[in-house]
Amino acid sequence: MERVLEVAELRRSFGTQVAVDGISFTVGRGEIVGLLGPNGAGKTTTINMVLGVLEADRGTIRIEGIDAATRRGAALERTNFAAVYAPLPGNLTVAENLRIFALLYGVPHAAAKISALIDEYDLVRFRDTRCGVLSSGEQMRACLAKAMLNDPKLLLLDEPTASLDPAKAAEIRTRIRAFAQRGEAGVLWTSHNMVEVAEVCDRVLFLSHGRVLLEGDPRKLPGQHGKATLEDLFLAVAREPLSLAAE
Amino acid sequence: MRPGRVAAIVLRQLYLLRGSVARAVPLVSWVAVDMVLWGFLTRWLDSVAAPGTTFVPTLLGAVLLWDFFTRVMQGVAQVFFEDVWSRNFLNLFASPITIGEYLAGLVTTCVGTSAVSLLVMMLLAGACFGLWIFVLGAVVVPFLIVLFVFGIALGIVGCAIVLRLGPAAEWFIWPIPALVSPFAGVFYPVATLPGWMQAFSRLLPPTYVFESLRAVARGGSPTYSDLALGGALAVVDLLLACMLFRSVHRRALRSGLIARYAAETVT
Repeated sequence: MERVLEVAELRRSFGTQVAVDGISFTVGRGEIVGLLGPNGAGKTTTINMVLGVLEADRGTIRIEGIDAATRRGAALERTNFAAVYAPLPGNLTVAENLRIFALLYGVPHAAAKISALIDEYDLVRFRDTRCGVLSSGEQMRACLAKAMLNDPKLLLLDEPTASLDPAKAAEIRTRIRAFAQRGEAGVLWTSHNMVEVAEVCDRVLFLSHGRVLLEGDPRKLPGQHGKATLEDLFLAVAREPLSLAAE
Repeated sequence: MRPGRVAAIVLRQLYLLRGSVARAVPLVSWVAVDMVLWGFLTRWLDSVAAPGTTFVPTLLGAVLLWDFFTRVMQGVAQVFFEDVWSRNFLNLFASPITIGEYLAGLVTTCVGTSAVSLLVMMLLAGACFGLWIFVLGAVVVPFLIVLFVFGIALGIVGCAIVLRLGPAAEWFIWPIPALVSPFAGVFYPVATLPGWMQAFSRLLPPTYVFESLRAVARGGSPTYSDLALGGALAVVDLLLACMLFRSVHRRALRSGLIARYAAETVT
C-alpha cells in the first residue's frame, strides 16, 4: 500500500516530560488508522507535529514523500484536519469561512466545491449563519467541510464525532469511510469511542506515555491480548501498560 | 508568495467589516472626533495669538498625520487580533500560508482601512477648518509614506509581542503611539526636549516628518536629506519588525504555543 504519511523516530518533550518518545508509523492510501490512548498519551502532540504547528525534537514526517520540516507549504497543501478544539472562527458565516480557507488552500473552482461540501455536510440551512451560533455538532460538520476543501491526501481527525449525536456521528463515519475507500487519501483518526474505532479503522496504534504500545487490526487486536473488546484493551493500556508492553 | 493566501487575510477582514458596525465605525469615528476637537482648538488659538499667526498647519496638520500613523499601526494589530479573539491560530497556521504571506495580508488590509481614515480626516480638516493638507505641497506624500511604513513596523512589533506574551498583552499594544508621540515631537520642535530624549527622537522616523512639517508650515522647505533618513529608518524598522515576528513565531512553534494559544497563555 502506498504511504501518504510516514512518521519516523518522532520525539517531543516539554521540559523533563517526554510527550512523544520516538514513535514511528505510517498511514497508507485508502487506509484509516486509529491513534488511540488515554489522555496525555501523546496523540494530540503527534497530530500537532504532523500539522506543522509544533516542532519535533527529532524525527521526520513525510506527507506523500514530502519532508514536512523542509517543505512545509507543499506538505500542508496535501493535508487538512478537523478537531473538536479548533472550531472555525465564530464571527464569520459557514460560507465565508469556507471561502477564506479555500483561498488559503488554493482550491480550484472554489465556489462549486464549497456548494458541494455545504450540501454534503447538511449545512445548507446554515450557509449564511455565523459559526459561533451553531451547535457543537453543526460546528464540527462545518469543520469537516473545511477539512475536505482541498481534497486532502492526508486527513487528520481529532475526535471528530465527540460532539455529534449518534445519528450524525454514524453519517460522518460513513462519509469518512467512503472518502478513504476512494483510495486517494489516508486518514489518521483519534477517538475515545472504541465501538466507533472498531467500526471505522483499518488499523489502530495504541499510544502510552508517548510510545506505540500495540498496533494491529482493531477487530483482532483484543483477542490477541486476551481481551473481549477494544474497550477492554483500551482500559488495559490505560491502567497496566507495562504488562502489555512485556507481552 | 501566493496572492490567493494574501487575499484570504484581506477577504476575512472585509467580511468582518461588512458584518460588524462595531468594527466599521471606529475606522472613521475616532479620527473624526480628533479632527473636530483639534480643529476648534486651533481655531481658538488662532483667535488669541498674535495677528497673522496660524496654528492650523502645525497643530491640526500634525494631528492628522499622527492619527494616520496611529490608524496604520492599530490597523495591522487589529487584523492580527481578530485571529487571537477568534482563536483561529491552529486553523490558520496549520494551513499552507507562510509568515510572509500572512504579514503581507495584514499590510494589504491596513492599506485599505488607513486610506479610509485618511480620506475622512482630509475631508473634515479641509471642509471644516480650511486645512487642505495637499496645499502644503507634494512633500505630504513622503510624509505619509514614512509614517505608513513606520506604522506597519510598529504594528508588526505589536503582533509579535501578543504572540509571545499571550492575548492579555493586547493592552500593551494600544498605547504604543501615545508612548512614542512625546519623543517624535508631534506638537513641538524636538529641540524642546532634553538631550537624552532628543537622542531617542533621532531614532524615530516620525521625528523627521514632524520637523519637516513645521518647516513647511513656516513657509520654508523640508530638509530632504532628513526626510530620506526618516524613510531609511522606517524601512530598517520594518525589516527588523518582520524578523522579530518570524523569530517569535518560530519560538511559538518550538514551545507549542501556536497549538495551545488560548485566553490565558502568558508565559
